[in-house]
Amino acid sequence: MSNLPTMPPTPSVETAEYWSATAEGRLLLKRCDACGTVIWYPRGICPDCHSTETSWFEASGQGEIYTWTLNRKGEGPWKEVAPYVIAYVQLDEGPRVMTNIVDADLESLTIGQRVTAVWDDTGQGNALLRFRPL
Amino acid sequence: MSIRGKAFIAGAYEHPLRNIPDRSTAQVHAEVALGAVADAGLTLDDVDAYFCAGDAPGFGALSMADYLGLKKLSYMDSTEMGGSSYVAHVGHAAAAIAAGKCSVALITLAGRPRNERFRGRMGGAPESDFENLYGINVVSMYALAARRHMHEFGTTSEQLAEIKVAASLHAQHNPDAFLPKAVTIEEVVESRLISDPLHLLDCCVITDGGGALVVVSPEVAKSLQRRTAKVLGHGEATKNPDNGRVDLTYTGARWSGPRAFEEAGVSHADIDYASIYDSFTITVLETIEDLGFCEKGEGGRFVSDGALVAPHGKLPFNTDGGGLCNNHPTNRGGITKVIEAVRQLRGEAQPAVQVPDAQIALVHGTGGSLATRMGSATLILGQEDS
Repeated sequence: MSNLPTMPPTPSVETAEYWSATAEGRLLLKRCDACGTVIWYPRGICPDCHSTETSWFEASGQGEIYTWTLNRKGEGPWKEVAPYVIAYVQLDEGPRVMTNIVDADLESLTIGQRVTAVWDDTGQGNALLRFRPL
Repeated sequence: MSIRGKAFIAGAYEHPLRNIPDRSTAQVHAEVALGAVADAGLTLDDVDAYFCAGDAPGFGALSMADYLGLKKLSYMDSTEMGGSSYVAHVGHAAAAIAAGKCSVALITLAGRPRNERFRGRMGGAPESDFENLYGINVVSMYALAARRHMHEFGTTSEQLAEIKVAASLHAQHNPDAFLPKAVTIEEVVESRLISDPLHLLDCCVITDGGGALVVVSPEVAKSLQRRTAKVLGHGEATKNPDNGRVDLTYTGARWSGPRAFEEAGVSHADIDYASIYDSFTITVLETIEDLGFCEKGEGGRFVSDGALVAPHGKLPFNTDGGGLCNNHPTNRGGITKVIEAVRQLRGEAQPAVQVPDAQIALVHGTGGSLATRMGSATLILGQEDS
């Protein structure tokens, strides 16, 4: 568990399965049944071909840093923990996802660095996807 | 159908204040509305179309139309594209005028972020649980783009600082500018980091205030004493994470720019002055590339050596000092970008930064976030008789 604020999400009928899996430390992604593209963020329509037939699959939780910033000016509960890292991580399955990098030397991260998923419990029966360097 | 030459900006007014503790936000909308119609030589009773965005208090255009007493509206538009909204509104107003739906369109922006917390209306967005739980804020969303641009193209903090320096050289001539002092590259890169690699002086100012525009039909323009600016072209686009294929090295200007150039029938060499949205220095750098003033990745070299400095740089920009130094009312810089372009085309910019005989101006607005989803709007304006 990192020291970052971990607010609970508000799962919808579209995202409930994603959030349930996070409780077990599993990262679910959607794939389009029609064109095969991996979909991010999870939704019930493929933004590539607009099919509404989509299925969940389990991702590896591995990826690399696409870009990152050490944010020194948090707001609300984030003020207490600043500086903290906001990043886009490119999953090995393709999509680039917004996240935080934790358990790292915050000044020395590099673009392309390999990272792996860690899950921070929200206290509401689900967990938030973050990453740490491998 | 094209809007080229079908509408004219007859009124443009920027609120002179940057800190407004003693008026409501609706009052500031009213002050800028009155300022813009007076500038055009009209009154609010002449207005038959009203345009506003998310800064307007209340229910789309309906609350402000009621508050202002706009009695004969036949056209309303509350298109919300963040800070780019007001640039888009000029294009929308020109289209509505060209279609015969209205003849005097009022656009207002106002807000008081120094004095009241903005009540955003982003609740329920389908992406929010996958972005907003990570402590993101506005500057970090531009820092992510800056870092990636540096990684791919070798752009440096010193090159980004050139943009702030140019804006500050202009702001020193603007008596209303929030930050009227010229700064150096060293001062920018030595200012404190807010979100790496962006420093305090890479960020725009936070100001109360507002602005308004009046867009009119050719017939109304002819009847007015005041010199107008002709709407030549308009382009719009949205750019977003594209199903996880996030690419932070470019903006929606890549698409809105060519649309505006094509409609206007002008080329880059024809642009005498440019108002480029400058929420952060990186916003300007990527936009200049995406509009085609230089190749992708060459923006850092393009802005070096004073290219943006008026009146004689290659591309004189933001001669009021822009959002970086003058004014970024309620965190939305679109309307002040249009207002300064109108000043340039009227020959009414501050004398030290007036581009001699500025004939054609480009205005570009960027709303939302470089790292997630943005609205992009480009306008090309000409002198009244261009």
